[in-house]
Amino acid sequence: MLSCHKATQLMSESQERPLGTGEKLSLALHTMMCKGCRNFERQLPVIRSLARTYVARSDDDKTDTGPSR
Amino acid sequence: MDQRHNQEQPLLSEELRRQMLRFATLQLKDAALAEDAVQEALLGAFKYADSFTGRAAYKNWVFAILKHKIVDVIRKNQRLVTVTSLGADDSNDLEEQLFNRFGMWHKQERPVEWSAPESSQEDDEFWTLFELCLDKLPPNQGRTFMMREFVGLESPEICRELNLTVSNLNVLLYRARLRLRECLENTWQQQGDCTC
Repeated sequence: MLSCHKATQLMSESQERPLGTGEKLSLALHTMMCKGCRNFERQLPVIRSLARTYVARSDDDKTDTGPSR
Repeated sequence: MDQRHNQEQPLLSEELRRQMLRFATLQLKDAALAEDAVQEALLGAFKYADSFTGRAAYKNWVFAILKHKIVDVIRKNQRLVTVTSLGADDSNDLEEQLFNRFGMWHKQERPVEWSAPESSQEDDEFWTLFELCLDKLPPNQGRTFMMREFVGLESPEICRELNLTVSNLNVLLYRARLRLRECLENTWQQQGDCTC
């Protein structure tokens, strides 16, 4: 059985590369029993999307109240 | 063609410069380097300003150039990321603090469920917190995280740019996410203990 440390590492890596079948299986087994890691797994994509929104905010005009034309 | 003259003012807006500077400084952690990158990006973009009819398109273009400049600067300053500095500022202290010797979460560190992560995105205060948490990342973690998630480079590109092995990169990204998650949970979700 995976430790939480190892499980969260795999979750992070799954954002970089597709996991192998064995990795997916052991991860699924772990998260089935571990609430903390289940939360972690749900939060990773949130963090990614927050980062993207953050950049889009800098790119776009949301905060831009200066004279525009 | 004459469009440009109508847009002249906004193209050089102080606000745009400020946003770019903030973006570059976060990634380069060096005011002078950031200033140079922004300068170069603006100059580079200005040459082609004629081809833009709208301000938004121009802005996207300038930011695209800036992202490349930032990668350039990082590559030129490879001393910023070396194997020795990897060990120096990216120790596994945090992991020891979060996990026990069996690699299980310490009870009080166990991730809790986040409430309504989407709704905060409208909130300026939230983004200030987010920036604070980003700032707290050790330089190499911050840099790789931002190249991956802000600039949108794929892992092999980052490894090439920074001379990292894939497993180095994975460790850096993992620690960055772990730390960012922890910081967000403690500040924004305001649950659990506050270690940061």
